[in-house]
Amino acid sequence: MAEMKTAAYVCQGCGLGERLATQQLAQVAQKEGKMALVREHPFLCSEAGVQTIRDDIEKEGVTHIAIAACSRRAKTEAFHFPAVAVSRANLREGVIWSQPDTEAARETTQEMADDYVRMACAEVKRMKAPAGNPDVARNTRLLVVGGGISGMTAALEASKAGYPVTIVERAAALGGWAAKLWKRTPAHEPFQAPAETGVAAMIEAVRADPNIEVRLSSTVARTSGAPGRFSVEIAAESGGAATEEFGAIVQASGFSLYDASKLPELGFGKSPNVVDQAGLERLAREAAAGNAPIRRPSDGGEVKTVVFVQCAGQRDASGTHLPYCSGHCCATSIKQAMYFKDANPAVDTAVLYTDLRVPGNGEDFYRSGQSKGVVFTKGSVRAVEPAGNACTVRFRDLILDEDAAIENADLVVLATGQVPNSGVDIEKVAQNEPGEWQSDASSVLNLAYRQGKDLPLLRHGFSDSHFICFPYETRRTGIYTAGPVRRPMDIAQAVEDATGAALKAIQAAENAALGRAAHPRSGDLSFPTVRLDGCTQCKRCTVECPFGAIDEDEKRYPVFNESRCRRCGTCMGACPVRVISFENYSVDTVGAQLKAVDVPDEFSEKPRILVLACENDAYPALDMAGMARRTYSAFVRIIPVRCLGSVNTIWVSDALNSGYDGVMLMGCKHGDDYQCHFVKGSELANYRMSKIDDTLKQMALETERVATYEVAITDIERVPRLIDEYAAKIAEIGMSPLKGFA
Amino acid sequence: MSELNEQALAKYRNSFLREVEERVDEGEWVKMCMQCGVCAGSCPFGPHWEHSPQKIFMMIRAGKREEVLASDSMWMCTSCYNCVVRCPRKLPITTIMHGLATYAHRLGLAPKNQPTRDFSVIFWENFTRNGRANEIRLMLRLWFKDGIGAGIRKALAMKDVGLGMLRAKRMSPLEIFGGHGVKDVKGFQAMIRKAQEIEDRKRGFSK
Repeated sequence: MAEMKTAAYVCQGCGLGERLATQQLAQVAQKEGKMALVREHPFLCSEAGVQTIRDDIEKEGVTHIAIAACSRRAKTEAFHFPAVAVSRANLREGVIWSQPDTEAARETTQEMADDYVRMACAEVKRMKAPAGNPDVARNTRLLVVGGGISGMTAALEASKAGYPVTIVERAAALGGWAAKLWKRTPAHEPFQAPAETGVAAMIEAVRADPNIEVRLSSTVARTSGAPGRFSVEIAAESGGAATEEFGAIVQASGFSLYDASKLPELGFGKSPNVVDQAGLERLAREAAAGNAPIRRPSDGGEVKTVVFVQCAGQRDASGTHLPYCSGHCCATSIKQAMYFKDANPAVDTAVLYTDLRVPGNGEDFYRSGQSKGVVFTKGSVRAVEPAGNACTVRFRDLILDEDAAIENADLVVLATGQVPNSGVDIEKVAQNEPGEWQSDASSVLNLAYRQGKDLPLLRHGFSDSHFICFPYETRRTGIYTAGPVRRPMDIAQAVEDATGAALKAIQAAENAALGRAAHPRSGDLSFPTVRLDGCTQCKRCTVECPFGAIDEDEKRYPVFNESRCRRCGTCMGACPVRVISFENYSVDTVGAQLKAVDVPDEFSEKPRILVLACENDAYPALDMAGMARRTYSAFVRIIPVRCLGSVNTIWVSDALNSGYDGVMLMGCKHGDDYQCHFVKGSELANYRMSKIDDTLKQMALETERVATYEVAITDIERVPRLIDEYAAKIAEIGMSPLKGFA
Repeated sequence: MSELNEQALAKYRNSFLREVEERVDEGEWVKMCMQCGVCAGSCPFGPHWEHSPQKIFMMIRAGKREEVLASDSMWMCTSCYNCVVRCPRKLPITTIMHGLATYAHRLGLAPKNQPTRDFSVIFWENFTRNGRANEIRLMLRLWFKDGIGAGIRKALAMKDVGLGMLRAKRMSPLEIFGGHGVKDVKGFQAMIRKAQEIEDRKRGFSK
């Protein structure tokens, strides 16, 4: 790279010129920031202002620019200079809009602005313009694991978008569960009666599509690589395996039915007249094939009374069975009751439910069931007692609050739930040692990743997929889950889910080919590099990466797979020897900023509080607080971080050693209902900070000097309050004794 | 047990829901109840009933014939229509309650000495006689239905209201001798008979 030539631009627009002494800011940039070229401009984001910068880059050979104007979140198009390193001093949202416009506040406001200019100058000198991931490949073939409704939908949608697909299906035929149904719940107006499944037509469409290759009776024996260059070994049941390359993967491995034989109290296994919903579909298909009504399995007798038991082994609070609701089963029972009612209205059908849940347009279908005479009874079933050809269903009537029973039921249908086919639980099944890797028959993807063979799970065995904010995203870049492996769902939802997953997979493959990050920093060209000669093989980065992007070689050194990386910097935050960095974001870029701040002495009554704010939620909330002219303490200096997970504890100890009086860390909500854009980042940061008390004590500092907060993007009113409260707290405990030593 | 009740039992053996659908005004709506309980929560008489409309509908579906028909809950309905306005499934709950009450009375299963029922019977007899309500006779029948002593006590308690009605010419003491009627009393009574006949045929009571 050519010689570094720095430049700083101070904007006077948006009131900056009136509120701040911009000439002084320019001087700060020149003298303290040591910028080679410093310019003030009355309206920097205007065409003329941008042209000035562009000219400097082209004619003066400027390579590093610090822009002192608005927030880095504003005017991103005007200030887009991909060829050079750019830092931004947030003087608008972060200073003049969040500080009162009073004579009394003038001094502290100017100090704030001076500091932000110092910080931007210090930061940019440690940055490099990111060049993009060099380790790229463009492979746009998609692998779809699973040939049910979800898998076939994903394949067809991807093919329609012009991308070739390979479907790997474990069974000998396509269709999955849907192919085993007699009919499906209706997906179209007027939602009155069971509808044709449409599976045969879908299989036909897949077969006829030259863009789709189908591998039946096959499984994935090994997956390695990264988006754009996944290498997948597909093993056929008949023996033999082939290794193929794919750009991205959709995992549509579906669900298994909860094992009804775990429900002996509901009569399963004691009489053939007690079936699960799949069992009833089988009976219905057999009956339809013979063009006859459904008969009683035990003796072929006429069916006069059918009882449907909802939530069989589901929504169980005792911890014995599934704790969750599978979502589709109420509508499925209504559909199955209609199998009888539509054929012969004289058949009594009763649905025993505790809460009838019919998502989508199911309410119309429910009403249709009621008008067809299906009886709905709110009750929780205690026991199903088969005797001869009849069953007695005992339940608690929840409206009348009494024990009741239905006698002489010819058929009892148990609505058991969906259990995701999510492979092995990587928290419990450890990955093989490098070099001793073996495939696992119970794994879906057999990932050769450091962190385990399948996708990490969230709750109840479903694959973790950033449930709240970005449901398609899993924790393995370029691999997208679709259908009931992600959460319980019905056919209509699975179709929608698979369509979305296919599009995300296409996006991931294309992004990888361009060396860019996938969600949520999509388009980011930076990537982590490691200085291996300093690495101590501690494995924290390989263990903590929320996306399993880092493998280990046989000597336990980390092996980065840039295309799998989401650029959150959690590895950088974890690294105790600080050898991991990005071109434009590193321990140095942030460290230099916090050290560039002018910390007044102990007797100035001007404390300094460092705020490390997550750029996804906390920093925008702070910007928006500024836009809403919510003021906060002038003693804070805010540095945005990619994720709280990227915060290296050295920043905290550096700040305290430099005389800061407090450090606030603002990240997203963590835990089961996490909102962290990088899933584990804020959780890890919280864990790391919980250990910092010892360090503080060693430094003879109060533990309050470091505080961690969960901040949501909507906390526009709350964030200024948090800052002011913390500033008051610092005033209470007093100035740091460590000033003036750094 | 009344003959009508025996016939109904024989006809609808184990489907009370079907019986209600066929024989009770708007009874075909009962199956559409989704047990949300908004009616029960909306009823101003809620705390005073044994069974809310929600429970009555559940009991009908559960085949609790005796309990439903002998319940005094339907008789407590004041026709405020709060439940009808609020029902998300648009059930004509007030009409169903009155229909159930009428049906229970018809079969002779309605609770004895239920004040609303007593009033309804007395009113119906009073009104259908001449086609006009006879206030003074209605009042006297109602007050003295529980004996002379109770009647006198009631009369004394209500005397101010009565005197007010006299003064305002809302009630004439002379009506005690039979009172006035509609122009064509015979025609009126024939009309009532015909209406009853049609209703009976519709509900399956006629032979």
